[in-house]
Amino acid sequence: MEKHLLRYIWNHTRPQQIWVLAVVLASMIPYFLAFDLPKQIINGPIQGGGFDTPDARQAFLDFDYTVPLFGWHFQFDGFELNRMAMLMALSGVFLLLVIVNGLFKFYINVYKGRLGERLLRRIRYELVDRLLRFPPNTMRQIRAAEVSSMVKDEVEPFGGFTGDAFVQPALLGGQAAAALFFIFLQNAWLGMIAGVMVAIQVGVIPKMRRRLIELGRQRQITARHLAGKVGEIVEGMETIHAYDTSNYERADISERLGQIFKIRYDLYRWKFIVKFINNFLSQLTPFLFYSIGGYLALRGTLDVGQLVAVINAYKDLPGPLKELIDWDQARQDVQVKYEQVREQFEPLQLIDPKLQTLTPSVPEHTPTPLAAFNVMIADGSGAHLTENVTLKVERGETLAMIDNVGTGAEAMAQAFGRVVWPSAGRVTMGDVDLLELPEAVTGREITYASSDSYFFHGTLKDNLLYGLKHAPRSTTPDEETPEQMQRWAKEEADLAGNHMHFPDADWIDRRSTSVFHGADDDVRQSVLRALEAVQLTTDVMELALHSFVEPTDNPSLTERIVEMRFALRNELSRSGLGNLVAHFDFSAYNKEATVRENLLFGAIRPATASDDDLEEGEYVFEVLKTAQLFDLLFDMGLTIAENVVEIFAGLPPEHPLFQQLEHLTADDIDFYQHFMKRRRNPSNSAPTDEEQREIVKLSLFYIEPRYRFGVLSSDIMRQIVAARDIFYTNLPANLRDRVERYDPHRYMGAATLRENILFGKLSHRNAEAPAKIRTVAAKLLREMDLYGPVMGLGLDYDVGASGRRLTLVQRHKLSLARALIRRSNYYVFNKPLPGLDRRVQEEIVKNVLNFLQEQDNNPSVIWVLSNTSLSRLFHRVIVFDRGQVVEDGTYETLDTNSGIFRSLVA
Amino acid sequence: MTANHVNERMVHAMLLNDEVQLLRKVPYFCRVDPCKLKLLAFTSDRVCYEPGQVLFSQGDSSDAAYVILRGSVDLLTQSAGEELKVGDAGCNSIIGEMCVLSNSLQAVTARASTDVEVLRIDKDAFFKVIADNPRISMEISRTLAENLRGSRYEGKTRQNQHA
Repeated sequence: MEKHLLRYIWNHTRPQQIWVLAVVLASMIPYFLAFDLPKQIINGPIQGGGFDTPDARQAFLDFDYTVPLFGWHFQFDGFELNRMAMLMALSGVFLLLVIVNGLFKFYINVYKGRLGERLLRRIRYELVDRLLRFPPNTMRQIRAAEVSSMVKDEVEPFGGFTGDAFVQPALLGGQAAAALFFIFLQNAWLGMIAGVMVAIQVGVIPKMRRRLIELGRQRQITARHLAGKVGEIVEGMETIHAYDTSNYERADISERLGQIFKIRYDLYRWKFIVKFINNFLSQLTPFLFYSIGGYLALRGTLDVGQLVAVINAYKDLPGPLKELIDWDQARQDVQVKYEQVREQFEPLQLIDPKLQTLTPSVPEHTPTPLAAFNVMIADGSGAHLTENVTLKVERGETLAMIDNVGTGAEAMAQAFGRVVWPSAGRVTMGDVDLLELPEAVTGREITYASSDSYFFHGTLKDNLLYGLKHAPRSTTPDEETPEQMQRWAKEEADLAGNHMHFPDADWIDRRSTSVFHGADDDVRQSVLRALEAVQLTTDVMELALHSFVEPTDNPSLTERIVEMRFALRNELSRSGLGNLVAHFDFSAYNKEATVRENLLFGAIRPATASDDDLEEGEYVFEVLKTAQLFDLLFDMGLTIAENVVEIFAGLPPEHPLFQQLEHLTADDIDFYQHFMKRRRNPSNSAPTDEEQREIVKLSLFYIEPRYRFGVLSSDIMRQIVAARDIFYTNLPANLRDRVERYDPHRYMGAATLRENILFGKLSHRNAEAPAKIRTVAAKLLREMDLYGPVMGLGLDYDVGASGRRLTLVQRHKLSLARALIRRSNYYVFNKPLPGLDRRVQEEIVKNVLNFLQEQDNNPSVIWVLSNTSLSRLFHRVIVFDRGQVVEDGTYETLDTNSGIFRSLVA
Repeated sequence: MTANHVNERMVHAMLLNDEVQLLRKVPYFCRVDPCKLKLLAFTSDRVCYEPGQVLFSQGDSSDAAYVILRGSVDLLTQSAGEELKVGDAGCNSIIGEMCVLSNSLQAVTARASTDVEVLRIDKDAFFKVIADNPRISMEISRTLAENLRGSRYEGKTRQNQHA
């Protein structure tokens, strides 16, 4: 990148700058004409200058011009107009000039704005492009939030400056020079005085601004660090809470803000001091004119008319001069910012852009062994993680690497995965250094996965297929975008020096999936098989079962789910499991559901903030009163309250039992306790409305098989069923959208997929109900060909920022699955499953090895194991000790030798 | 509908208060305040098993103790691939509690031999109740001591012990 922002701007926008300057100069002509016109209108038609007699006429638009040098002569006699017509004609010209000036201004501003935005786009793209080419050791020292604040905020002013970068000084400089020249013409001596004062201003002010620049630099760096710190707080939130260090962080932020304040305050002070001096200097000149010029005039050495002319001419000098100095300040400001940003984006070494060229097809490359020669890897402090490691991995080999002391195996795996660069020695594929091969080769031939692989914000599917997105398969995005828009996007990108590939286009490389039969569903199969291998299938299925689907969005799937609902019911009753689920039946009370659920008999969409909470809403109580259930439920609530108070009285609020009860807190218990006490005294007044409702609410959440208080009489149940009709007949409009009545023949968008399949409540009394139903349902899903679509729903789950909506173990498994979907010749797994227990680890390692060996390209696998006993599953075992290879051989040979390996496995 | 019939029978078969009465017949709990037993019963799940269903298997992590309310359960161990019946447990006895206390894996497999109804006391709830009621600790210590003194599984069934 260029050292100076001005040069950067000039290099990238030269023709445009020249054009806009030309337009600005052209716009001067109507601008000055418009200046002169009012005088003409007033002097001429209005005051009657030149119209001495009532029917005097004057020529309008007459001119007589001779081109110098060539002597060509243009002449027009104009139109003869009387006074009134002249007034109208001149006013018309004035209006025309106003419009022309406005249009010029509009064009120039839009043009400058566009120029600035394009430059901004270019510089941002260039910064991110550079970021993508940073070597690993540089990346390690970078704070994400700082870089994003640089790319987003710090370069922002460059856009605004670009439009004025050259036009402004050219124009203002010209104006100032013209004014100065005019003063010179009037009087050389006074011109000299003005010139000296200008020289002082132009010379001194920028010097005083040095301090401003320094402060600006400090301000920028502290602000950037602040952004970095805030980012750190967000990322480290768990740790902050865990160690009660929130106040330490507050102190840190406060200190930084104080520093920023101090710098900014200093900055303001200096800025206004400089401004003051600047104003003073520009006012000093007229003082000199008055005093010295006046003195000379009194002495008679200077003509008074000349002095007046000089003072008049001077009027036009301070304006442009001040603006020029302001421009210079803006220039220095952006220059400082530019330097600061540039410094961060000019590391000693950048990856050659050639290595990252977009390559749609897999480059020609003969499968060759992966090898390391005398590899030394240093950590951030320069300590050696590996020492002179030389090893070779043949095609088809499976290799376990384990560490005794140190982390040599992990470091080597990282070197094979190009996550770190060796400080000495080289890693080669074939005979070529890995770092000299294009990423199109290494990034496809080698698949690296570790436990700290990153996940991007998006769906599970996006993340799983991420490893296949090397190049777009088409140059156009989805067909919906009109061609005109596409062309515009392309041209604009080109003008700003961006590469234009549409991220919406199909980027999935269907030729590099691990399951590769040339069939259409290779990608799907790869995903499903990979998930199966890392044991994520059940997790994804769970995610699907918890998801909400709108029948309008996916009509075919939801219809088939309703079909499955009936199939499941039949299947369960056929295998004698009918008692596991209490299905919803409009004419019967569902004992496994709460009283409230029984009354509402429908799925409820979560309330938006403005809606009343439905269960407490007036309407439910209204219905209860109409159905004459309120008093019954109140009595029932009293019995429940008695029981609940008896059970919970005296339990501390933090008691774990409260967590088991969704609708009851320790405060509630207190309330019920006091209420019951007061009721025992007959002299106390009747319970208030509020209190009655609290008691009724207890009944509303009652489930007989769960609570077992024996308070739900068949009478109440019958009446609640009857009240369903009342509930639905008078349902207010705002609730109608939120409540979706249970209908065995319809899919409910307000309920989860699981609830839709089950269409009932699981029995509380059968310990194995969930497991049994899962087995039956899983069988049905496959039989009814619903397995794929339902898994698809699970794969649409949003994983959150860096995958945080998944558990750690899920993330580790997902990282491995993402690697397995890609078809590569080398798989490098760097302790990908650290948190798993041994049994699961072994199963997954076996699954993965089997899965990869099914591929016809005979891939090699390098696996750094945390569980050394698993090394028996591999062809070859390499033991690292203090960064050196100490043992290398088959599991059997190493096991018979009495070396380090044996002590590790034993 | 069959589902509702079954449920109805079960629901009316036993209420929380009945469970408390049954719990009081379990030696550990006989001297505990009924109010606390109600809490224990309330936090526990009442679960049914059919003959042949397994409550827990040997080697599983132990996360609950079971009080048998109805029916009887066979206790089995696996040795050399063969199943060996080491005892049975009937109404009003508690099983699985020792493994919960020692936080070890289940030592035996428990399999329903008849229709069984149990109160499944979650590990956390069990500990909490013990912590709140020194009496229960005493009772457990006493039972342990008796078991050490006598022999728990030698030919005797667990049901016999509390006689």
